[in-house]
Parts: sequence; structure tokens; C-alpha cells
Amino acid sequence: MRVVLSVLLLIAVACLPFQAAHADTVAEGHALAKAADAQLRGYVDSQVSLTMELVGPSGQTASRALRVRSLETDSGEYTLMVFDTPRDVAGSALLSHNFREADDQQWLYLPAIRRVKQIGARDKSGPFMGSEFAFEDLVTPFYEKFSYRYEQDEACGELTCAIVERIPRDPHSGYTRQRVWIDREHHLIRQVTYYDRRETLLKTYTASDFEQHEGRHWRPATMRMENHQNRRQTRLLWQDFQFGLGLDSRDFTQNALLRAR
Amino acid sequence: MRTPALLLLALGYCTAAGALDLRGELGLDVRQFPHKGAQGQSQLHVALRGQADLWYSPNQGRDAFTFSPFIRADTEDSQRDLVDISELAWLHVNEHFELRTGIRQVFWGVTEGTRLVDIINQTDTADGPEGDRKLGQPMMNLSIGSHSHTLDLFLLLGHRQPTFPGADGRLRLPLVVDTDQATWESSRKQERIDLAARWQWTAFPFWLGISGFSGTAREPELAPVIDPAQLLYDNGQPVGFAPGYIPTLAPHYPLIQQLGVDLQVTQGDLLWKLEAIQRWGGRKDFHAANAGLEYTQVGLFGSRLDLGWLLEGLYDSRGREASTPFDRDLLLGWRLTFNDMASTELLSSVIVDLDSHERLFSLEARRRLADGWSIALELRQIAGTPAPQTAEAFVFTPDTRYALRPLARDSFTRLQLSWFF
Repeated sequence: MRVVLSVLLLIAVACLPFQAAHADTVAEGHALAKAADAQLRGYVDSQVSLTMELVGPSGQTASRALRVRSLETDSGEYTLMVFDTPRDVAGSALLSHNFREADDQQWLYLPAIRRVKQIGARDKSGPFMGSEFAFEDLVTPFYEKFSYRYEQDEACGELTCAIVERIPRDPHSGYTRQRVWIDREHHLIRQVTYYDRRETLLKTYTASDFEQHEGRHWRPATMRMENHQNRRQTRLLWQDFQFGLGLDSRDFTQNALLRAR
Repeated sequence: MRTPALLLLALGYCTAAGALDLRGELGLDVRQFPHKGAQGQSQLHVALRGQADLWYSPNQGRDAFTFSPFIRADTEDSQRDLVDISELAWLHVNEHFELRTGIRQVFWGVTEGTRLVDIINQTDTADGPEGDRKLGQPMMNLSIGSHSHTLDLFLLLGHRQPTFPGADGRLRLPLVVDTDQATWESSRKQERIDLAARWQWTAFPFWLGISGFSGTAREPELAPVIDPAQLLYDNGQPVGFAPGYIPTLAPHYPLIQQLGVDLQVTQGDLLWKLEAIQRWGGRKDFHAANAGLEYTQVGLFGSRLDLGWLLEGLYDSRGREASTPFDRDLLLGWRLTFNDMASTELLSSVIVDLDSHERLFSLEARRRLADGWSIALELRQIAGTPAPQTAEAFVFTPDTRYALRPLARDSFTRLQLSWFF
């Protein structure tokens, strides 16, 4: 009996520093993620043009052009995407209501038959418009949607990045975990690696050409997603950033989706 | 010479002052039937179609004007030729409501099998019996909405008849529908102003629509118009027609009231769907429902493919007297999305009639060829139904058991090539 107790005690004592260290890495990871999230918020509303360049495994290419309007709300963010090319889907639009705490909702507008469809949650983990980005990679998720653990610091270019592991809380996410490189200077997300349900490395995301808009909003002008399993990649080029357009929530209703242009 | 110059000037002014957007589509539509038609119609039907969408707003979308003409020319069936205005409307948006005035198209509903609640627009039946293409409807539509509620009120200004295939067209009844002989229950005929309303409630995971309609039915009641002088008698009973004589069907449009419900419940990869209506008026009051689910396997077997499973039940309380073939049917379907650069999609389905065991198979595939071009291939196969009735049998001893019987020889392959500008 005494032996068992001693052993238990020994284990408990041995675990103490580990427990504390664990709590530390969780807290630091959370703080870093929160700082990175804060960099993307406070913009009120925005409109930006997006060009997607898709590169297939044997080098074939395709491109898509769309416009993205966003609005910050008390509980999250609304986005409305309107497609311009390919021309057979011109006029299609996707409305998303993304929430910090609740389930996201999405509606798709099909102009040929003037139909609005509410689409399922897992559609956001599939390839978006045939690209290597899933919808959940494209619209920066709120930091509340993951749990975190700080791993280590590492040089990233001329900067120092903190590597944070994040695990999606959403059971419909297509990933088991992600590793995020957040720079120590501006707290911008420079790189993300994604691990699939079999725990193997699926994709690497890199953001570059950061520009500061309106003197405060840092945004990357180029994003790249490389899929290691199928050897395809997608480049996103963000242009014509506009902030403070005076959009309001009426511009993000199902009625607004019907008249999106 | 002066008018075009002025027009150009006006157009230039418009683009300078506001936003102008023009796009459109030209298409080639080839339908090949392996069998000659039950009434001797040809096997190859080619149609050309064109559509343009013009949009102009002088003030960032607070007012917008749309114009969408549609044109179709068919080599075999002149009744399939069509010039239509799908949309010619003015949209006004302010902070309290949206007012949409003019010729427009409105879609209601959630299911894949039938379009039960969708009643605002008339169907371009000649385009295809599935009823996806619709005709423009003149209206005034006031919409008051927020994120969770949208109320739409409609004044529908006049009634339009559907298009029907002509004598040389396929996918038709043994008798041709003659829209010139149409009758309306309303004393104002097709000029009656009808009323409709719909309330949409969004409370995730519920997405509910409740709609009402009061006015002239979209779907006609068809009755043969027979010249008594052309009837042949046996023992005082009419048994057939004089050689070479084929009567026509006259459409009658009764006044109806309809209450409709459409509901989708979204649970992750699983969508529950319901459409149900109760209709009063016409030959018989009835109710009908279409309910089921759609389940999507995202990233099938670790690939980038998505596979959707569709299962729906279709019911109509009129049974064999129903005006659609789907009175007690089951729909089973699969939607395969390739998520590739060409946006390849495959939809295959079968609708089985649980009483007669008639089956309607369909396979649709579409993909993009290059930017601006897309191709679609559609196969439709009708099985388990006897050969079509003659015009005489159709009039004197109509078969109510086999609803798809008139189409028994109309299985077909359709190739659609589209160019977008």
C-alpha cells in the first residue's frame, strides 16, 4: 500500500513541472493567436478584388476572379463573394455569416434559375472553386475556433516567428491540426501547415507582400497554397483594398444576395 | 444616323455616371432520340438559344435596372421557338424595404424532385418537362427583410400560359395543346391581378418558408376539343375519329388558392428537406408533398471528390388523377462533384412510381471546356411503361395507371454547348 502511494506521489511530483509547462504553452499559444486575430479585426467593412490562379500537377493553369465584401458584426463577420470569372459562373454569389461562437451559415445564389440555396457546413472544408484553398482557409477563422499550444520560435526570413499548433474545435473541419507561424513584430500569420485526418502533412500556406492599409490594417497581397499530396497549387492575388465603405448588415442579407452584383 | 449617336452618347453617359454590366450566353442544344416519335416525329432536334443580361445602376445599387431577353429557335418544332423577356425590371432599395417592379423571375423551394411551392412564374414546358426554365412574370414585389425574417408581397399583373411542344415536338401528349383555345375561370381572363406572399424565417438550423397564392393556376386543366362531325359511332357510342382527324387539347386555367411550406434543416453534411402544398379550386382540392434528405460525403475516400446522396418521397393526394406523374414516387440520386479546374459535375437519379413501377432514369454531366465555354450531356431513359396510346385511345379510354405512357418512346440524349460573354 505504502509502495503504491509513494509511486503515485512520485508520478504526481514528476508531472508537476510538465503540467505547469503545458499550461504555459497553452496560454502563450492562445495569446499569440489572439494577437494575430486582433491584427485582422477592427476594419469595420471592406471590399477587395481577388484573383485565384490554379496550377495543376502537370502545370495546367486556370484562373478565377471574384469580389469579396466583408462587414464586422458584434458576433462575428459577414462576407459576400461575387464571381466574375469563369464566365459560366459569372453572377454567382456566396453569402457567409461567420460567428465567433456559433455555427457558420452559408447561402449560394445561382443566377441562371434565380435560386438561393442554403449549403451544408462541411462544404467549407472541400476545395473552394476547384482550388487548393478550402473556404475555411480563405476566410480567416476567428481565434475562438481553435485550441492552441505554443511550440517554439524560429527564424522566418528576416523576422522571428512563433510556431503555434492549433486544433480546430469544429468537428466539420477538414483538418486534425495546423501549425501557424506568427511573426513576433506585427503578429501577422506568415505560414500555416495543414494536417489531414490521417495526421499527414497536406498543405502549406504562405502569405507574402504584406501592405499596411489606412495606416493600420496589414494584409498580404499574395497568398500561396501548396498541396503536398496532389502536387497542385493555388495563388491568391488580393487587389484594390477598400475600407470604410459604409456597408451595413442590410448588404449581407438573403435579399442582398439576390441582388448581388 | 443621329439616333445611334445619341444612344451611344446616352450609354457613355450611363457608364460614366453609374455602373453598367452586360453578359450573356449563346447555346446549341442537340437532342437525339433513339426512336421515332409516337406520332412520327423526327429523331434529331436541334435548337439555338441566346440570352443576355443587362444591368445598370446609377447609384451603387440603390436603384438598378435589369433587362434579360431570351430567344430560342428549334429546327423541328416551331412551337419551341420563343422570344421572351425573362426580366425587365426596376429594383429600388432603401433602408426599410425593397421594391421590385417589372417582369421578373422568382424561385421558391428546397427539394430536388419537384417544384411544388414555386408558383410565381409560368414554366417554359417546351424547353424540357423538368420545368427548370421559366417565363418572365410582370409584377410588383415589396420585400421587407432582416437577417432572420423576410416578408415578400406580390401583385402579379396578368397570367401567362406555359409553352407546349407542337405537333412535330417530342415529349408531348398524343394530342397537341392549342393555347389559342385557352379558357380562364376569371372573367378578366389572363388580365386578372393575382396575389401572393411569402414569409421566410431563418433560425439556424431551420430555414422555413410559408407562402400563399390566390389567383389563376399556372398549371392548366387539359380537355379534348372534338368536332362532333369527325366522330365515328358504333351502336350510338363514339369509338373513333374520321381518317386524318386528330382533335386538340384546350387548356383551362381555374382560380385557385394555395398554401405552401418549404423547410430545410441543415445539420452538418446532412440536409433535411420538405415542400408541401394544399390547393383549393379547380377540378379537385388536393395536397401534395415532397420530402427527403441530401447527405454529402465531402472528400470521398480521402480524394477531392464530394458525393451527395439524395433520397426523396413524392406524394400527391389525387393519386392517379394527379396532373403530374409523381403521385406516390421515390427519388434516389447521386451527385458527384469533382472539384477540378473544369468544375466537372455528375448527377444521376431515378424516380420510381411505387404503384405502376414506371422508372425515369436521368444522368447529367457538365464541365467547363475553356473560359467562356461549357458542355453538358444529359441522358433520360423511361422504363416500365407500355407503348403510347393512340389519340383515340387517349380520348376514349385514357390510361391513368401509367402516367409516363405518352413519353414511352421519348428517351433521349441531349448535348448542350454554351458560350458565355
